[in-house]
Amino acid sequence: MKTLEDLKALREKLKSDIKVRQNSGTKIIIGMGTCGIAAGAREVMKAVLDELAVRHLNDVQVQQTGCIGMCEKEVLVDVMRPGEPRITYGKVKPADVKKIIAEHVVNGRIVEDLVVGKIEQE
Amino acid sequence: MQHIRAHVLVCGGTGCKSAGSKEVQLEFAKQLEQKGLSDEVMIVETGCHGFCEHGPLVIIYPEGTFYCRVKPEDVEEIVESHLFKGRIVERLLYHEPLTHEQIPSYSEINFYKKQKRLVLEHCGAINPEQIEEYIAVGGYEALAKAITTMTPQEVIDEVKKSGLRGRGGGGFPTGMKWQFAANSVNDKKYVICNADEGDPGAFMDRSVLEGDPHKVLEGMAICGYAIGADEAYIYVRAEYPLAIKRLRIAIEQAEQMGLLGENIFGTKFSFKIHIKEGAGAFVCGEETALMASIEGRRGMPRPRPPFPAVSGLWGKPTNINNVETFANVAAIITNGADWYCGFGTEKSKGTKVFALTGKINNTGLAEVPMGITMREIIFDIGGGITGGKKFKAVQIGGPSGGCLPESMLDLSVDYDSLISVGAMMGSGGLVVMDEDTCMVDVAKFFLNFTQSESCGKCTPCREGTKRMLEILTRITEGQGREGDIELLEELAGNIKETALCGLGQTAPNPVLSTLKYFRDEYEAHIKEKRCPAGVCEKLSNYFITDKCKGCGLCARQCPVQAISGQPRSQHVIDAAKCIKCGSCMAACPFKAIVKG
Repeated sequence: MKTLEDLKALREKLKSDIKVRQNSGTKIIIGMGTCGIAAGAREVMKAVLDELAVRHLNDVQVQQTGCIGMCEKEVLVDVMRPGEPRITYGKVKPADVKKIIAEHVVNGRIVEDLVVGKIEQE
Repeated sequence: MQHIRAHVLVCGGTGCKSAGSKEVQLEFAKQLEQKGLSDEVMIVETGCHGFCEHGPLVIIYPEGTFYCRVKPEDVEEIVESHLFKGRIVERLLYHEPLTHEQIPSYSEINFYKKQKRLVLEHCGAINPEQIEEYIAVGGYEALAKAITTMTPQEVIDEVKKSGLRGRGGGGFPTGMKWQFAANSVNDKKYVICNADEGDPGAFMDRSVLEGDPHKVLEGMAICGYAIGADEAYIYVRAEYPLAIKRLRIAIEQAEQMGLLGENIFGTKFSFKIHIKEGAGAFVCGEETALMASIEGRRGMPRPRPPFPAVSGLWGKPTNINNVETFANVAAIITNGADWYCGFGTEKSKGTKVFALTGKINNTGLAEVPMGITMREIIFDIGGGITGGKKFKAVQIGGPSGGCLPESMLDLSVDYDSLISVGAMMGSGGLVVMDEDTCMVDVAKFFLNFTQSESCGKCTPCREGTKRMLEILTRITEGQGREGDIELLEELAGNIKETALCGLGQTAPNPVLSTLKYFRDEYEAHIKEKRCPAGVCEKLSNYFITDKCKGCGLCARQCPVQAISGQPRSQHVIDAAKCIKCGSCMAACPFKAIVKG
């Protein structure tokens, strides 16, 4: 390491490794109630993790939540980009994950045909 | 590589480790493996979070859920429920003692709310054994900034302007100390980090070294650049094996990355840090004794001047600061002196870490801005007195500090206010005492400590503290004489004025401060042969109150037949026969026997 710039570059690279511990960035929230798990939430979760790894999206947070009552529409996956409404996707299959991440998480374009709800943030 | 979606931070500080955190960590590894989550959940061993009373602590991110007193058998449930399904395990959350509320996250707990964590910022948040995590939170940028963009004098000026004062006890302005060492002309100079934390009940330096060792190394290197030193020692006691281990790892990693060693950041500045393990003598926290110990001689102080800045280690100009002082430096350089001045009072800038111990609900480490009141520290952060008892006094600053009564609770906690009431900041130990504490006994305890730690070089400390201890002992044994208080005061004054080093000069403080605020207790011991708190065995008597039903159980238990009375009527204890064994009190089913 020879300069302050070297150090800063290294820091940028390492920062995403501990991003999980800071409450920031885009969040993907997967419904892991009994209904969700029965509908295949775990497989969706795996697909999300794989896709994020392939795309090196280390700073995207993956969280789980319980049943929100729309059991019929499970697996439910929410995407929350900073400062944007929380979008809920329903009946998500592992095969849909690639599209949601590419379109919404990366480019901010909501995948309209899968949306079941939208929650405005305060 | 898999996407890591969750981090499980398991506290690996000495407190949590002794509570079993290592087993918890191993169980997490096992359970994650079994549930097939090992690739997506990372276990991180961190340093101390300060909330030692509730350890072992586990924090799970991204939610930031804070689990207390986690046992290995709880781990399966956490993994199954929280990490797999995202459901918080409520029974392991922190319960606020007053409101019984369950608090899921770190930042909402009262213990943390009033704290301002600058020194402890990363303690418990990063893995201290991985330099990458320290760099990820901005580590070593202050060092880079100092040596590539600032002159040594600019560094010193910034530290001076910040108002940082020595956190080891004395409170000497750090920038001024650096200036003295910088002004000494010599081709060889040293930096020493004093990690010989010896006060009973103090463990803040240990926690910083265990939780964020790089921060201390960075502060030392900045100091080395500022004063023109290329070599440094950390004097740390051998009783801190975990701190030593993490320091060794930290130094090795920093050297590998070129952040310590030769020609740092391609400049002419080189800096080498050694660890010197001390044998654990209290006097070695005194700077001249500490240097003697590093040189391989017996750890005894010598008169000053010459001060270490002129003639220190091996006769070379040396700058000595405490762990916590060095831990403040990097943030001052990164954010500037003006930012730092925003915390604290006019003459005491920044924050101070306190170790809360004694009869307090939240035993642990708390970092607060200077100028906060003692009441806020003890009741808001510390959660008040255990068992709902009444607060009586707090010993601040360890055996060199003083005992403050309830009337001083609203005193601003800063260097000068504490000195003005006969206490001192010291290293920041806070021993809280409740109504069941005898203040003469407390004074005896602390004096007993300094007396046995006295190195014996100078007469006032060696003989004076011994005589004072003899007087205190006889007072607590009911042999106190008229004039003992005056004699204690005279001896204390002489020792303070004539002892060679800080250990001796401050040794009488606990006696003087308890005499100042609790003189009536001394008088009760001497004149009435009575210990108001009922602590001093030889002065306490057992009484039978009117709760007595006359069952006779106590009389049958008494080994010396001191209890007499008619069946079904109140019994009495013959004080002359009583040997104060307490077996009657234990035997009484009606709690009719009291000690006083």
